[in-house]
Amino acid sequence: MTALTDAPPAYLRGAPAAKLPPPPDRAGILAWLRANLFSSPANVALTLICVVLIAWLVPPLVRFLLIEAVWSGDDREACLPSPNNPHPGACWAFIRVWLSYFVYGFYPIGQRWRVDVFFAALAFGIVWMLWLSAPRRDIGAVYFFVALPIASSMLLRGFPPIGLIDVSTTLWGGILVTIVVATVGMVASLPLGILLALGRRSSIPVVRILSVIFIEFVRGVPLITVLFMASVMLPLFVPERLAPDKLVRAYIGVALFASAYMAEVVRGGLAAMPRGQYEAAQALGLTYWRMMLLVILPQALRVTLPNIVNTFIGLFKDTSLVFVVGIFDFLRTIEVARGDPRWASPIVSITGYAFAILFYFICCYSMSRYARRVEARLARRAAIKGS
Amino acid sequence: MTDIAQPTPRRRRGRRIGSIALQAALLIVVGGLAYAAVVNAAQNLARANIPTGFGFWNNTAGFDISQTLIDYSPSTSTFGRAFWVGLLNTLLVSSIGIVLATVLGFIVGLARLSGNWLMARLAGGYVELIRNVPLLLQILFWYNAVLKSLPELHGSIALPGKAILNNRGLFLPRPQFAPDFGPVLVAFGAGVIVALLMHAWARRRQERTGAQIHILWPALGAIIGLPLVVFVLAGAPVTFSLPDMGRFNVRGGIEILPEFAALLLALVIYTAAFIAEVVRAGVLAVPHGQTEAAQALGLRPGTTLRRIVVPQAMRVIVPPLTSQYLNLIKNSSLAVAIGYPDLVEVFDGSTLNITGQAVQVVAITMAVYLAISLFTSLLMNLYAHNTAIAERR
Repeated sequence: MTALTDAPPAYLRGAPAAKLPPPPDRAGILAWLRANLFSSPANVALTLICVVLIAWLVPPLVRFLLIEAVWSGDDREACLPSPNNPHPGACWAFIRVWLSYFVYGFYPIGQRWRVDVFFAALAFGIVWMLWLSAPRRDIGAVYFFVALPIASSMLLRGFPPIGLIDVSTTLWGGILVTIVVATVGMVASLPLGILLALGRRSSIPVVRILSVIFIEFVRGVPLITVLFMASVMLPLFVPERLAPDKLVRAYIGVALFASAYMAEVVRGGLAAMPRGQYEAAQALGLTYWRMMLLVILPQALRVTLPNIVNTFIGLFKDTSLVFVVGIFDFLRTIEVARGDPRWASPIVSITGYAFAILFYFICCYSMSRYARRVEARLARRAAIKGS
Repeated sequence: MTDIAQPTPRRRRGRRIGSIALQAALLIVVGGLAYAAVVNAAQNLARANIPTGFGFWNNTAGFDISQTLIDYSPSTSTFGRAFWVGLLNTLLVSSIGIVLATVLGFIVGLARLSGNWLMARLAGGYVELIRNVPLLLQILFWYNAVLKSLPELHGSIALPGKAILNNRGLFLPRPQFAPDFGPVLVAFGAGVIVALLMHAWARRRQERTGAQIHILWPALGAIIGLPLVVFVLAGAPVTFSLPDMGRFNVRGGIEILPEFAALLLALVIYTAAFIAEVVRAGVLAVPHGQTEAAQALGLRPGTTLRRIVVPQAMRVIVPPLTSQYLNLIKNSSLAVAIGYPDLVEVFDGSTLNITGQAVQVVAITMAVYLAISLFTSLLMNLYAHNTAIAERR
């Protein structure tokens, strides 16, 4: 029995064998290619189709937008075919010359700092509201929904007592108007939407019926007709001396429209709250409004934040429709500029639209990325709670 | 110990009185606003000399409409007739748009789920790009940057099949049916009935015996082959009126306006991006266990898809799909930006400018869209009711 204590026999390994690399067709870039692009004849065919599509689309696009683009010039001559540039691409010179018009419209040049201050104040407010772990977001809400609208209205329209001269809204234009209309829509539609959503879930019949009628009516008709209503019917419904100016009518149309959609989003958030939250708040003896303000709404709005942002993306895109009722929003300024006889040419039109597409895409895409991040974060939190 | 306020009978009655008072106050405020609006409107209209009522409906319209599906002449037709022309144009672009957007949307949505990495990425890029750019901008792009920069009349592009394309539109041959085309239609109707009967028979047989019979080819034969045979026997009773290049315009044939094409293109591309997301969500909502269970039962991949995955995915897909259809119909009102004569352009545009009767005109337009929306929701609820999961009883 001494054999067991002796040194192990020679055929046993003393140390673990070295790890073998995985078979070459199971790892590395080749395997990835094989699994994701060439796993079957059909897959190979799809890959080929896609490659052809990309080869057909991308190089001309890059050539047009960058390589053959014209970057400087004073009029359309710069962007027409010439001996040293027989196939001119995008006419970015046009954008450079007109850029300040696209941003400010006809806002007086000496006063444009006011618009810049407004943009900065708005950006500050948006970051405060959207950064979920920012300090004192309650003050942020007051800033965004009360202070900012009043202050920027004085700033942009003018307030002679403190030396800000009046600037008529007919001079406003471009990105300024697009952002102002979207902001007004947002600032007005969230509180209105919350009220309508509460109204729709209310146990008081008249409140409920009026809310349902308003929400379903507005959601059932196109925004254009709401804007037409605001711009041609509204002036008829108020005494002549009170008739609001054109831009204010557009605000009203957009705000009414957005609040109906916001109401449905908030209603979804309210419905997602567990009954226990309502019951616990009632058991503590909270009145209806305190229950809503202190317990239900803070949670419901948080859960539904991604949907609120998505609604806002829709609202931001929809502001382009004010174009139809004769407001000088960003899209309108593009249309005006590309029709200018000193510039008008097919390539200039395409460049103008490419610039607008870029602007809207960057704004909306970054908002939707944000919404998705928040959604993922909420899902993670729910998963931790659930486990 | 503080005592928690219990609603005593008196408090409860107080609350009820409060609620009734609130409702009454709300009604008075809303009613008062409505009354003030009506009084103001009457005064403002009287001052501007604009007649009230719907009398304008039977007046001669006097403006031209570039695309009319029914007879319309600017000098004799009424505003009422113009309304129907506009409504039909809206329905035309919407119905074609819905069909094409559904097809494209399903293709893109399934492509996003494809195992092919490149394909999924391409589809994803399409969805992100299109969804994040306003529809109005896309319509203007297709109209002004693409279709309006096609060659002029004299440089028209001749397409295969004698079609002509230039910046005034696309001109297609118009089929003209001879009187003896009737039997072909009859044969087509008969083919459809035969196919339906075959389907019912095959289904009953499968339920009785379990044997599956493939009726796809015979059914197609009945629907397509039968009319084709009759068509040939009748001596091909169709002639085509070809579009003809005139000096100043193209004559004859079917004219597809660039406004129509741009609107349709933009609506289809835009809505398809949203439908793709709906389809993707619907397919992902079917648990993978369902597919595995079907495979374990020995169903083939095609049958698994048709009988297991699609019916369950459709239950998730259809409600949001319907709301996308409604969005498409509502979005077709953007026609007004490029001058396609849809309901809004004809009515809220031309008619409003001529008559000045803003209240009636806008109200009629809104009522039409509202009716379409409510009708569709009604159908939607019926569908949801019929396809709800039948729980064990």
